[in-house]
Amino acid sequence: MPSIVAHFDVPLVRCLDAEGRVVGDLPPLASDTETLRAIFRAMLRVRLFDTKAVALQRTGQLGTYASCLGHEALHVGIGSALRPEDAFFPTYREYGTQLWRGVKMSEILLFWGGDERGSAFAEQPHDFPWAVPIGTQMLHASGAALAFRLRHEARVALAIIGDGGTSQGDFYEALNAAGVWSLPAVFVVANNRWAISVPLAKQTAAQTLAQKAIAAGLPGVQVDGNDLLAVRSVLDDAIERARRGHGPTLVEALTYRLSDHTTADDARRYRGKEEVDRAWAEEPLVRLRRFLAERGLWTEAEEKRWTERCQEDIEEAVRAYLATGKPSPADMFDYTFATLPAGLAAQRAEALAAVEASPHG
Amino acid sequence: MAKITLVEAINLALAHELAHDPAVVLLGEDIGPNGGVFRATVGLQERFGEGRVLDTPLAESMIAGLAIGMAAMGLKPVAEIQFSGFIYPTVDQMINHAGRLRTRTRGRLSVPMVLRTPSGAGIHAPEHHSESNEALFAHMPGVRVVTPSSPRRAYGLLLAAIRDPDPVVFFEPTRLYRLHKQEVEDDGEALPLDTCFVLREGRDITLVSWGAMIHETLEAAHVLAETGVEAEVIDLATLSPIDYETILESVARTGRLVVVHEAPRTAGLGGEILAEVAERAGYDLAAPPVRVTGYDVVTPLFKLEHEFMPSVNRIVAAARRVLEG
Repeated sequence: MPSIVAHFDVPLVRCLDAEGRVVGDLPPLASDTETLRAIFRAMLRVRLFDTKAVALQRTGQLGTYASCLGHEALHVGIGSALRPEDAFFPTYREYGTQLWRGVKMSEILLFWGGDERGSAFAEQPHDFPWAVPIGTQMLHASGAALAFRLRHEARVALAIIGDGGTSQGDFYEALNAAGVWSLPAVFVVANNRWAISVPLAKQTAAQTLAQKAIAAGLPGVQVDGNDLLAVRSVLDDAIERARRGHGPTLVEALTYRLSDHTTADDARRYRGKEEVDRAWAEEPLVRLRRFLAERGLWTEAEEKRWTERCQEDIEEAVRAYLATGKPSPADMFDYTFATLPAGLAAQRAEALAAVEASPHG
Repeated sequence: MAKITLVEAINLALAHELAHDPAVVLLGEDIGPNGGVFRATVGLQERFGEGRVLDTPLAESMIAGLAIGMAAMGLKPVAEIQFSGFIYPTVDQMINHAGRLRTRTRGRLSVPMVLRTPSGAGIHAPEHHSESNEALFAHMPGVRVVTPSSPRRAYGLLLAAIRDPDPVVFFEPTRLYRLHKQEVEDDGEALPLDTCFVLREGRDITLVSWGAMIHETLEAAHVLAETGVEAEVIDLATLSPIDYETILESVARTGRLVVVHEAPRTAGLGGEILAEVAERAGYDLAAPPVRVTGYDVVTPLFKLEHEFMPSVNRIVAAARRVLEG
């Protein structure tokens, strides 16, 4: 008989079931009613913003847009768990995190409206912009965490990636590096079951995605990603662990992409209505709303007032977005390097002259 | 002043920046106690500590991606890719992030990193150790590509690359690492980027080259001089963005141009230089310009590497053709 030289477990953390009933140990956050209410308000706000953004695309006022529908607990959970000085490395649908961290709704719309100024983030100095190439951002988070470690800063880098992204080499390379140097990093896999049209079963033969941490020497934890309290419970531990210098953690958050991949996608081509209906029964807002309402911390009247307030904010953001004109063609050149090289200066002049000669193309 | 080799000049520049700028951090495979497979970082971890000179796990995309994250958070990482044939996994990170982050964020974030790599054939190295792939990186907006051709320029250009606020891919010609020595003063004086260096003045023909091929090109100029032909030799040094003014000024005087590079010809930088000169100064040319390059083939194993690389004879023959044309 061979001897067993290593043994691993992958825990699953849940606090609330789909109806908001307590099914696990509650984190301290559960009794911090003001923060919990703020988190629920943020989840509702990003749901309303997301609905509006899809509508803008459908009416030709926005480019292709990646919806965050169904990810609100995970995204706002991440946003509320991080400190301002920490750094966040998104993929391209984590608006709930970004809005919490100072990114403006008008900036999100600008980005999907085809304007780099959307990633200039007037009030968020160091978070990375959207990472559309799948998986690359994981390494930036490890690099940032390495910078924090080398400078002895008590900061944490948190990167998020989808289930499909875990098939990328960069995913494992980032975990591996973070493990080797025990970096202050947290990696979150948003396992929403679909990488565009490819289901998880065709992405990996692994029983969980959390266990991919094990090969890199990291703890891997699975959490119900639609359960805000569970998300915060796991993230608070992982972030604290990282901040105290005890190393990185991989968190697999089980959720579901209730939307199409983007507005350019039609998910009906590859998945059935029954599956989506079942996923809607598990969605994240319902259970937190019930949890709060049953404790007298949220009312229908409050929800109505907050919804109206959010709609006003969203309309204002849309107005600001729509009122933002095209960038100057000079902007294509002016941020390529810190100072414009001579050859590029000539091309810049050429571009401006071409626009001058033919302003409408 | 002691005479040192090119690889010693690289070491000197790295040590200078490590000593003078706490933001500079070296990372790469085997660069710590081993001092790098070419010994470019020898002694640096011992002198500056494991917090400044980091041995990384063996993954090239990781090295580039880490450097981007470090740079965006305020460090100045100098990453080593062990051999140029191993640099391809970094392409995604370099083109999609290193060269783009400043533009994408309208200057909110930037990537002051250097990706150093040995480059080129001629040292009887194993497979995938002899490539010249600078053109791949020269095609990336927002990325500078620099290569030195002497110990003094290696020192000055590497200092400039590390201090540059944007990403620089720095190709170090392996054939020159220990070929000859030069006096290099450790004075911290950087050489300018985005500028050619005129190594030899001449009135009859302009020879443009860079990296290791500068030496065959200079030798070709000597051979030509024996028959009374005065060739001007220009070291491109910064391969992207290219300093065309120096080249055009030279061609305006000589009317004849040969570009020499070790990398394959098609979509190489020689074609780019010829096109720019033709567009901007075609009427200055007394004869069609010519490229002398590596062939469009897989870099051969070392028995044939000298047949692949441009030789002095090929450069002289090309120059004579242009002179007669």
